Amino acid sequence: MNSLLSGDFPRSRLLAAILLAILFGLAFAPFLFPGAQPLNVAAKICVFVVLVASYDLLLGYTGIVSFAHTMFYGIGGYGVSIALYSFGPEWGPMALGIIAALAVSVVLALMIGLLSLRVRAIFFAMITLAVASAFAVLASQLSWLTGGEDGRSYRVPEVLRPGFRLLEEPLFGVAITGKILSYYLVFSVALVLFLLALRIVNSPFGRVLQAIRENDFRAEALGYRVVVYRSIATCLSAGMATLAGVLMALWLRYTGPDTTLSFAIMIDILLMVVIGGMGTLYGAVIGAALFTLAQNYLQVLMAQVSEATAGIPLLPQLFHPDRWLLWLGVLFVLSVYFFPTGIVGRLRR
Amino acid sequence: MSIPALETRDLTIRFGGHVAVNAVSCAFHPGTLTAIVGPNGAGKTTYFNLISGQLRATAGEVLLRGRPMAGLPASARTKAGLGRAFQLTNLFPSLTVIENVRLAVQSRAGAGLDLRHMWSHRRDLIEAADRLLADVKLTERRDATAAALSHGDQRKLEVALLLALDPDVFMFDEPTAGMSVDEVPTVLDLIAGIKAKGNKTILLVEHKMDVVRSLADRIIVLHNGALVADGEPGAVIASPIVQQAYLGLEVAE
Repeated sequence: MNSLLSGDFPRSRLLAAILLAILFGLAFAPFLFPGAQPLNVAAKICVFVVLVASYDLLLGYTGIVSFAHTMFYGIGGYGVSIALYSFGPEWGPMALGIIAALAVSVVLALMIGLLSLRVRAIFFAMITLAVASAFAVLASQLSWLTGGEDGRSYRVPEVLRPGFRLLEEPLFGVAITGKILSYYLVFSVALVLFLLALRIVNSPFGRVLQAIRENDFRAEALGYRVVVYRSIATCLSAGMATLAGVLMALWLRYTGPDTTLSFAIMIDILLMVVIGGMGTLYGAVIGAALFTLAQNYLQVLMAQVSEATAGIPLLPQLFHPDRWLLWLGVLFVLSVYFFPTGIVGRLRR
Repeated sequence: MSIPALETRDLTIRFGGHVAVNAVSCAFHPGTLTAIVGPNGAGKTTYFNLISGQLRATAGEVLLRGRPMAGLPASARTKAGLGRAFQLTNLFPSLTVIENVRLAVQSRAGAGLDLRHMWSHRRDLIEAADRLLADVKLTERRDATAAALSHGDQRKLEVALLLALDPDVFMFDEPTAGMSVDEVPTVLDLIAGIKAKGNKTILLVEHKMDVVRSLADRIIVLHNGALVADGEPGAVIASPIVQQAYLGLEVAE
């Protein structure tokens, strides 16, 4: 257990309980919450845990503010999309697509890192913003390759399709379809990637990243070449985001600008990191779970509140499901106000 | 004499029209402790920054064991054996005391790029860090964050980071500044201990003349960025230029 979690325990009973509940819920999601919509939410949480954890590696641990994270996420998605669309729904092309996507991401990350990590943080953030915008424009312009604004649907390998049946008989009343296998692929890869990230931040290398976040000048004076460490962190984070994109592309069987490159996703990632707690990794789990649940179920909840308060003036209108973004905003402001170090930071105190 | 551990040749830096360090040529030999004195603004810390690579020289060069350091970043100079403690405390504030020291030990051991193991896997590094904490008498504060330490303790931690690097050339920039009287001997004993090893080169910027007198083999005096005196402590302190430039005394004709 110590080596699995890399010695980085939740260090709070409540936090451990919440994390275990999330792990348990995700591990048995197809059986606990049957139906397409809950499974979709669970898969999204898994993907976002990886994506947010990879962003935390940059923002929370190394202190690098980047807005290009969805670009790497998108590269993973488009890698799978292009490979499966062009060469058919086989594992071979998919592997090729993933490797190509990883290569493109790492090279891009390295270029951004080496060229611009020497400049001040604010300029680096600007540069990443520019590169990410350029990439989004490129992806929508190259429609022969990417499907443009409409994106592309494609078929995945047969065992991952909803039509596939692994077992003749349902298990615990749930038919084991390719969709469920697909979910478990997403879940297990996400779990492995998360544990890997936990190892990285708790390695000697990870400690140097924290030192750089704290005082890059002194880290350099201690003999650590800061630009090298920052570049490696950028590449690792980009690679991990790419794999998150791959998982999402496999799960959705569709890749388009709205599901991968949009700036709205970038903002979601930022919110999840901040709500969960920067520089903790466990914050990524909490942030992703909470935010995704709110995104999907706040409207349902509000509809119920709105009905329950029917007849009382003003309240039904205030809780009308169309106002859900307002309440999400309120929740965000409250959480930042009361938990400036994030939920994990608060629980650990 | 042997090759100097550290040498500067005509080392100069200009900030606009102001010459902060002006053609300073000086060699430092292993086993010696050189005190660098001079009034505030004389360029002592800037001279240090040029040597350790925080600033780029306008002209002149820095040689470490005869090897030119031009163009090398601070991290490479540290790897080459040049260690520096800072005048203004410069730590990793929200990391613990032991973690601060462990990072320095880890740098020295070249283990920074290990991503596969847990940091706790290298027990040897943790033990080395603990020994250093005992040396600077900070063991009690081991698990406090650096930011929570008193000023004097932060200065000691600063010294521990430098000791952890175990460089060939130690550069101390006013290590005892702002320390309480009873804390000063701890640091001075550590410096004396390094000197006693006999093969280390020590540069010490210090204002307290009694400290300088007791530790230094040699004093150099900087004034307005230029090297104005160099020699035995007794002779330099007695020289008119020091009496005037550093101590601000009018010299009787």
